[in-house]
Amino acid sequence: MTKSRAAALWGVVGVLAVLAVWELYKFAGPAEGLTVGAVEGENGSGFLLLPRTNDRAMPHIWDMVARLFQSTSGGSTPPLFVPVITAALTTLGIAAVGLVIGVVVGFVLGLLMQRFRLAEWGLLPWIVVSQTVPLIAFAPLVASIGSQIDRMGTPWPQWLSVAIIASYLSFFPVAVGVLRGLDAPDRIHLDLMRTYAVGYWQTLLRLRLPAAVPHLLPALRLGAASAVVGAVVAEVSIGMRGGIGRMLIQLAGQGSSDPAAPWGPTFGSIALGLVAAGTIALVGIGLKNYRRGEATA
Amino acid sequence: MSAPTTGSTPAASTGLDSAGTDSTGADSTSLAVRAAGVGKIFPTKTGDVVALTGVELTVAAGEFVSLIGPSGCGKSTLLRLIADLDSTSSGELQIFGKSAKQARIDQDYGIAFQQAGLLPWRTVAGNIELPLELHGVAKETRRARVAELASLVGLSDFVDRYPDQLSGGMQQRVAIARALAEQPRLLLMDEPFGALDEMTREYLQGELTRIAKDTGAAVVFVTHSIPEAVFLSDRVVVMSPRPGRITEILPTGLGDVRSESLRESPEYFERVTAVREALHGSPVERANER
Amino acid sequence: MTLRQAQDDALRQAQDGASITEAPKPGGAMRQARGGRSAYDGSGWTPPSWVRIVAPVVVGLVILLLWILVVDVLAIAPRALPSPIAILEQIADHNDIILEDMAITARNALIGLALGAIVAILLGALASAFGPIDGMLAPLVSAIAVVPIVAITPILNTMFGASSQFGRVAVAAIASFVPVFVNVLRGLRQTRPVHRDVLRSAGANGWQTFRVLTLPTAVPYLMTGLRIASSIAVIAALVAEYFGGPADGIGTAIATYAKSGRAALAFAYVAGGIAIGLAFFLVTSLLERIATRRKPV
Repeated sequence: MTKSRAAALWGVVGVLAVLAVWELYKFAGPAEGLTVGAVEGENGSGFLLLPRTNDRAMPHIWDMVARLFQSTSGGSTPPLFVPVITAALTTLGIAAVGLVIGVVVGFVLGLLMQRFRLAEWGLLPWIVVSQTVPLIAFAPLVASIGSQIDRMGTPWPQWLSVAIIASYLSFFPVAVGVLRGLDAPDRIHLDLMRTYAVGYWQTLLRLRLPAAVPHLLPALRLGAASAVVGAVVAEVSIGMRGGIGRMLIQLAGQGSSDPAAPWGPTFGSIALGLVAAGTIALVGIGLKNYRRGEATA
Repeated sequence: MSAPTTGSTPAASTGLDSAGTDSTGADSTSLAVRAAGVGKIFPTKTGDVVALTGVELTVAAGEFVSLIGPSGCGKSTLLRLIADLDSTSSGELQIFGKSAKQARIDQDYGIAFQQAGLLPWRTVAGNIELPLELHGVAKETRRARVAELASLVGLSDFVDRYPDQLSGGMQQRVAIARALAEQPRLLLMDEPFGALDEMTREYLQGELTRIAKDTGAAVVFVTHSIPEAVFLSDRVVVMSPRPGRITEILPTGLGDVRSESLRESPEYFERVTAVREALHGSPVERANER
Repeated sequence: MTLRQAQDDALRQAQDGASITEAPKPGGAMRQARGGRSAYDGSGWTPPSWVRIVAPVVVGLVILLLWILVVDVLAIAPRALPSPIAILEQIADHNDIILEDMAITARNALIGLALGAIVAILLGALASAFGPIDGMLAPLVSAIAVVPIVAITPILNTMFGASSQFGRVAVAAIASFVPVFVNVLRGLRQTRPVHRDVLRSAGANGWQTFRVLTLPTAVPYLMTGLRIASSIAVIAALVAEYFGGPADGIGTAIATYAKSGRAALAFAYVAGGIAIGLAFFLVTSLLERIATRRKPV
C-alpha cells in the first residue's frame, strides 16, 4: 500500500502547489491586472491578460475558508457552509435522478445499436450530433412541456425538468460505452459461446455484459460528471431555486461587496463532482472481479 | 510449382485413397467425423479464396487424429467447420452421423483453442462449470463434476483462483477441463499448446494422451509441430495450402501407451521423419511456413 | 472527408470520450482477436454499405417530418418548440447578427482550445519526464475532469472583469485541457522498448531520440486529444456565457430569446451553435486523420 500512499502524498502536494501559486500571484501580481491594447479613457477596452489581484477579485484562501463559517447573510442566519451543503445535496439528488434516466436511455440505445448494425448506422451520427446541441436550448422547452403536463393534472415538479436536462448530457457516454463494451469480448469467447449453442440473451448476460464492465465504468463516471454539469446548468437556465447553480449565480451577484462568498458554492460544486465520481469509483471496486481483464498482462 | 515431387505420390489421390480405405466397413454413426468432398470458399473483395477443397477424412470413435501443415493450409478452417463455427461451401460433413450444426446443438464435442480463452472474471471452478451452467445443470451436480475435472487435470488446489493468477500451462489445463465438462465424445483442439514453452508442452502432451484414453473421446488436434503430432496421434493428416487440401494421411502405429520413453524410440523418429517428408513434399510451400 | 469517415470519427470520438481519463488497458495474450459482432448471436448481419449513408439520412428525415407534423400540422407542440420552417426563416432574416455572435463564441472557444492545448502539452511533457510532477498532476487532472468547470465562470468574471471574454476563454481552456493532457501523456509513454533499444544501440542522444521516436509517436495522440477537446471547448465557451459576462455570444442570445418567448430565433442561434461545434469537430478530425495516416507497426 506504500505505492498508493505515495500517490496520495503527491496529490496533496499538487493541491498545495495550486494554493501556493494562487497566493504567490496575489502577492506579486499587479493589483488591477495587466491589460494589453487598451484604449485611453475607454473603460473595459483592451484585453485583460493577467487577472486583478485585489481582494475583491482574488480573495485570500483563508478568507474563502473563513467565509464558510460566517453567517450566510448577516444577522442570525446559519453559517454559509450549511446552505451550501443543503444546496449541493439538492443538486446531487437531481443529478442522480438525471443519471439514472440517462443510464436507462443510454443502455437501451447501446444495446439496440450493438444488436442491429442498421440501428447503429442510423442512430449513432445523430447521437453524436445531439451532443453539439447546447443543452440550454432545451431548458425552456422541457420546462414548458413540464408545466403543461402539470396543468393537465399529473404533478411535474420543476426539479424533474432539471433532471431530464441533466440526463440529456449523461446518456451519451453511456450509450457509446455500452455499444463499445458489448463489442469488447474476444472472438474466441464468442466462438466458445457458439459451441455451447446458447442464444443472444445468454451470451449477453454471461459474456457481453461482464466483458463490458471495463468500458462501462469510465462511461458511467463521465455520465455522472455530465449529469452534475447538466443539473447545475439546467438549474440556472430554468431558474430553479434551492440548488447549487442558483446559489452560485446569486452569491456571484453580491461578489463585489462579499468577494469570498461565491467561493462557498464553488467549493460545493467541486465537491459535488468529486462525490459523483467517487460513487462510481466505489461501484468499480464492487465490480473489481470483472476488471481482471484490464490487469492481466 | 511444376517441379515433380520426389518421394511422395501425387497429393490428391493419396488423400482420397487413404480416406477411402479408412471409412470402408465403418458404420456412419460410429464415426466421430466423416467429411466427404468438403470445401470452403471465403469470398473477399479481390475474389474468392479457396480455403479448403476436396477434403475426405474420417475419424473413428476414440481415435486421435492430428491435422498438420503450414499456415494457410486450412487445418484450423477444417476444425472450425467440424465445430460448426463456419459452414461448409461444398461437400458433406457429418459428426456422429448428424449435421455439424445438430452436433453442436447436441453438445457432442468439446473445444479448446490456442488461447485458453478463460473468462477473467470467473474462478477456475466457474470457468470449468460454464458450459454446465449455461445448459441448466443443477448446482450440486456441477460442483461434483468440477471437482472430478479439476483432479483430472491436476488443478484441485486451484479451483478458487482467478485465471490471471495461473501460469499459461495451468490456464490451458483449465480450458481442457472445460472442454471435457459435458463428457463429449469428440474433443476439438486448435493448437492448444502452441503458446506454451517446450517443457510445459511436453508435459501436457503426456497428460492429454492419458485424458483422451481415460475418457475414450475422439480427438481432432490441429498443430504445426511434427513431433507433437506424431507423439499424440493414431493418424497424422498432412495438409498443404493454396488451395488448402489433404495431401497425405499417415498412421503412426505407435500403440495405445504414450510414455516419455516413446520420444527416444527409433519408431518415433522414423514417424517424425515420415511426416516431415510428407510435409516437405511440395518444396514451394516451405518458404511460407511460419 | 466522406460521410463514412466522419462516422468512424464520430464513433472514435465518442469512444475516446467515454474513457477520457483512463482507457481500459487491453490485456495480453488472452485478448488476441476482438470479437466485436458475430453472426452467431444474431448481432452480425451487415447491411450493404450504401445503407450506411442512407440510414442516418432517413432517420434525420423522419425526425424532421415528425417535428413538422407535431408543430405545424397538428399544432400540439408547446410554444417553446418552434417549427423548423420558422427557424429557417429566422436564420435567413437574422443571419448577420447570428454570424456576429457565432464569431464571438467561436473565437472564445478557439482561443480557449489553443491555450488549454499549449498548457496541456507543456504539462504533459513535464509529467512524462518527471515522476513527482506526474504524481502532483494526476489527482488534479482527475478532479478537473469530473468537476463542473462552468461553475467557476462567475469567479473568473470577477477576476478578469465582467466586460472581459476571458472568463469564457478560461473555462473553455480548462475544459479542453483535460483530454489533451491525458492523450499527450499517453502518447509520450507509447514508445516501445524495442524502438528505444534500436536507438540506444545506434548511439542516439536524448534530443535525437525525442525527435526521431518520442515526438512522432506522440503526435497522433495529441491530435486525438485535440479532436475530443474541440467539441468540449465549444460547449464550454457557450455554456459559460450563461453564467454572466458580456452580453454577446450564441449562448447569451439563446438564453435571452428563449426567455422572451422568441423561440424560433433562439433555435436559429442553436443551429449556429451546432454549426460551430461541427466545424471544430470536422477540422480537428481532419488533422487527426492526417496525423494518424501511418499506423505504428
